[in-house]
Amino acid sequence: MQFLSTDSKASLALGQKLADLLQPGMVLALQGDLGSGKTLLSRGIARGLGYHGAVTSPTFTVAQEYPLTEGRYLYHLDLYRIQDEEAALAFGIDEFLFADYAICLVEWPERIPALLQQQEKLLQINLQHRSETQRDIEVPNWLGKQLCEMGLPEGIQLLQ
Amino acid sequence: MIVLGIESSCDETAAALVRDGHELLASCISTQVKLHAAYGGVIPELAAREHLKNITPVISTVFEQAKLSIEAVDAVAVTNGPGLIPALLVGNSYAKGLAMANKLPLLGVNHFEAHIYAAFLKHPELLKKPSNFPLLALVVSGGHTALVLIQADGQAELLGSTLDDAAGEALDKAAKILDLGYPGGPIIERLAKDGNPQAYNFPRALTGASGKATPKEHRFNFSFSGVKTALLYAVKDQRLDARQLADVLASYQAAVMEVLLSKSMAAAEEYAVPMLCLCGGVACNGYLRRRFQEECEKRHKQLILAEPVCCTDNAMMVAGLAWHYFKHGLQDDLSLPVYARLPEKLPKFPFAPAFKS
Repeated sequence: MQFLSTDSKASLALGQKLADLLQPGMVLALQGDLGSGKTLLSRGIARGLGYHGAVTSPTFTVAQEYPLTEGRYLYHLDLYRIQDEEAALAFGIDEFLFADYAICLVEWPERIPALLQQQEKLLQINLQHRSETQRDIEVPNWLGKQLCEMGLPEGIQLLQ
Repeated sequence: MIVLGIESSCDETAAALVRDGHELLASCISTQVKLHAAYGGVIPELAAREHLKNITPVISTVFEQAKLSIEAVDAVAVTNGPGLIPALLVGNSYAKGLAMANKLPLLGVNHFEAHIYAAFLKHPELLKKPSNFPLLALVVSGGHTALVLIQADGQAELLGSTLDDAAGEALDKAAKILDLGYPGGPIIERLAKDGNPQAYNFPRALTGASGKATPKEHRFNFSFSGVKTALLYAVKDQRLDARQLADVLASYQAAVMEVLLSKSMAAAEEYAVPMLCLCGGVACNGYLRRRFQEECEKRHKQLILAEPVCCTDNAMMVAGLAWHYFKHGLQDDLSLPVYARLPEKLPKFPFAPAFKS
């Protein structure tokens, strides 16, 4: 299902809503160009999961980890600087990707398609520029339906 | 006292031997080794496996350079965070093994604090005068953008940091958008040289420049994710000639650097600091260095610019900083943990003149 976000505030709120539907062990593939709002959506998810500190871009560090309650974690990975699966495995990506106590967000998932295929609880989210402030955000149907049932945040419209 | 420093928090595997915190005996960074091994291009050394491959040759190289052996070393220091855990583990395991086998004291160093210390590697005299404090440090690199205030007793406070992208990342991503190569900073600086920094009006977030007031809590915070998007839209579907490219880059560079400058100067005045230092990889940028010099001179504030070779990741700053800890009788044991994120409360800086542990 496809949604339109009118500005960054709306995207942040959508991430926050999305967080309510996530379970430890899930991996979210956040796919989109530079500046399409992947990190922003991730920050919203972190907020929704109860993490209120800074959520910054993981491009340089590759992985950021945010402790949640009850020993759970939010992992925020950015594979922008990682070439392929082999390079990802060499830095230990499996420890983040297959951790049953963590929710894992992956930016630039197209670097590691085969690895992600092994992940059963994979959610694909596509982000696209529409204008300088607007973004199209596509989520799996079941997730979109639940989001609609919960009530969409201000600035988020259902496209199809 | 000779300290062996080891750094493996991100891309570089590095080692250095430093005597008494300031006298450099030898330093080696894996990229240098790679050059010898005839590797081409810039390959991020993120892989723990790469660190593992590099660490022994890098450490052997510093001992060869200094014509010393491990027996001459008095202590081992290692960056234990913040950084990429699998990468950090390589340096830390190696350091622990060395320390245990040779019965040497071990110390874990905060990478962020080490970057600030790097500016003072060549200036030990400045650290002895309490009247030089509080010190304001701008740490600006691919991974960090932060303003830190350090008191004469070593207490440090994070005044502000980036809410999204680091300044170096804003440069890297701009270079990527324009297909210029990696790392972005040096390329942009070169191509922007003859450009007009006023040709394009890129946003300067959280400065009030857009007419929108900056919330008080963000006065010393930074945001560089919007400027990247603005660039994307400014150049979208356009073919830029060399002249236009120079203008775009000069304007973009100015937008990023002037925000760093204005926030630093505002903090320097607010806290009445006599001395500022500029450190981290982006501190190599000529435009930023020049502008900081101009503005500090105007305000009669002393400015310490880390030498470019000390700005980027290295182990000199690790070995140098560690000496200040050892001098105060501080050390770690083999249970030293590694950590990924910068703690919200910064450690006390042991190189401050009135530091007490």
